[in-house]
Amino acid sequence: MLRYLLKRLLSLVASLLAASLVIFAVIEVIPGDPAAYMLGMNAAPDTVAALRESLGLNGALPVRYLRWISGMITGDFGISYTYKVPVADLVAARLLISLPLTVLALVLSTAIALPIGLLAAARRGRAADYAVMGGTQLGIAVPNFWFAMLLVLAFALNWRIFPAGGFPGWADPLAGLRALTLPAVALALPQAAILARVLRSALIETLGQDYIRTARAKGLSGAQALTRHALRNALIPVLTILGMQFSFLLAGAIIIENVFYIPGLGRLIFQAITQRDLIVVESVVMILVFAVILVTFLTDLAYAAVDPRLRARA
Amino acid sequence: MRPGLVIGIALAGLALAAALLSLVWTPYDVTALAISQKLQAPSAAHWLGTDHFGRDIAAMLMVGARTSLAVALVAVGIGMGLGVPLGLLAAAKPGWADELTMRGNDLVFAFPSLVIAILITAVFGPSAINAIIAIGIFNIPVFARVTRGGALSLWTLDYIRAAQVAGKGRARISLEHILPNIANLLIVQGTIQFSLGILAEAGLSYVGLGAQPPLPSWGRMLAEAQTMVTLAPHVAIFPGLAIVATVLGLNLLGDGLRDALDPRLRRAR
Repeated sequence: MLRYLLKRLLSLVASLLAASLVIFAVIEVIPGDPAAYMLGMNAAPDTVAALRESLGLNGALPVRYLRWISGMITGDFGISYTYKVPVADLVAARLLISLPLTVLALVLSTAIALPIGLLAAARRGRAADYAVMGGTQLGIAVPNFWFAMLLVLAFALNWRIFPAGGFPGWADPLAGLRALTLPAVALALPQAAILARVLRSALIETLGQDYIRTARAKGLSGAQALTRHALRNALIPVLTILGMQFSFLLAGAIIIENVFYIPGLGRLIFQAITQRDLIVVESVVMILVFAVILVTFLTDLAYAAVDPRLRARA
Repeated sequence: MRPGLVIGIALAGLALAAALLSLVWTPYDVTALAISQKLQAPSAAHWLGTDHFGRDIAAMLMVGARTSLAVALVAVGIGMGLGVPLGLLAAAKPGWADELTMRGNDLVFAFPSLVIAILITAVFGPSAINAIIAIGIFNIPVFARVTRGGALSLWTLDYIRAAQVAGKGRARISLEHILPNIANLLIVQGTIQFSLGILAEAGLSYVGLGAQPPLPSWGRMLAEAQTMVTLAPHVAIFPGLAIVATVLGLNLLGDGLRDALDPRLRRAR
């Protein structure tokens, strides 16, 4: 297990380094002079020179890369050009909204998908299975931001159960949770549809295995065999999808925040793009990519925990 | 033919027909503004109503179909054009070529298409072309993986060994024997990526990273509808339904093709 862990950890670091090089190249090398780009065409040369100086753009590329990456590691992401405050503070405040939203959506999506997937697998070929398959087929096709608009129309404007947008902060956790409920549901439902389908086909595959027949022969009921034996073995493909869903949900959260006017990472990054605040874009993109790579790493560890064969192979 | 496949062909065909028809005819001019006609509910004159500029929604959906389908199609082309050769190479040359391709794949996978679009837009500004590039880049590792997976299982088969013994090189075997045998796999994956591309294009255009005015796009129609959703819900509902119908159609088409093209699945039925 230790060797497996070390190998995965090494690949995690390599992925992060490679990703940071790509991001640095796109943001700081391709535009030529980022300072001139950020200030626009009509900027006076000495203003550009001053910004270059304050952004530390005058050093050689490798030096600048090393300075940026060591800053990221120590939590110094630089100063936002438009907000004039440390990017780290900006990002931390927004993460406190975007991360709970993503996690809430992931929990909701799993909570919806598990019973539905189990039901469809247990009732394979019957009416319940067809209903689940039809419903999930539709769920996959629905764009989450459009679904979010429909939810606002129904539950915020028509029935006034949830707020239509905005975020009151975490001072009152219940109010905060209420504000994130509709966005989380909008994010979760399409992903739950995918997860339920994967779980169903994984369960059906494991249900055909010999050890399930043995379990049934020992006297376990169909439901017992399903939950005690098949579910655990069907978890590998489900974990893969869950790991991938995190990055979809994170990206989706960025879009959904626009529907609900929630001041999370998404709003921050789109404002930064319009204001050409490249320092903020660079840091937020690196954080998003870091989150995706980290979750992939954790998914790999989860596989090994669920399936001992994977540990032995490494 | 299975009912799913029929519905899939019908829905996807409808979107394609609307897009093609819009090249020669639309019920109204989508660039002409008629403020006096704004936010009208569906009627005989405007089947799906009008938007806040008085433009005919049905006409805009037709032209928007063109944008959506074109962006998704070219993005699939980019993904296949680069991903398939990479996957073939990785399968044909185990060792450094395989390792390099797969690690490169992992790296691209760490960038969701939205993040690629954000990076490109931050530096080059928003446009439909940038949306195509962002979705296309995201498609490359998908096709590389599918190709490699399919090809690896073929390389162990006897007839490939026979071709090697007969003196054919790895590149020639990849093109003449491997590629035709994984074509089904690629067609099915292509349909899936096509439908994902339509969803991605809608999302990117919705947040302003994709198609720019005056180019009509389903995603941008939804963004513009958002502030008017209480006044005129139809402005938000029809573009969404267009996306759902097209994506649903393509998914059903993909599932149907997979079942029809895979002899093992056909027998199992």
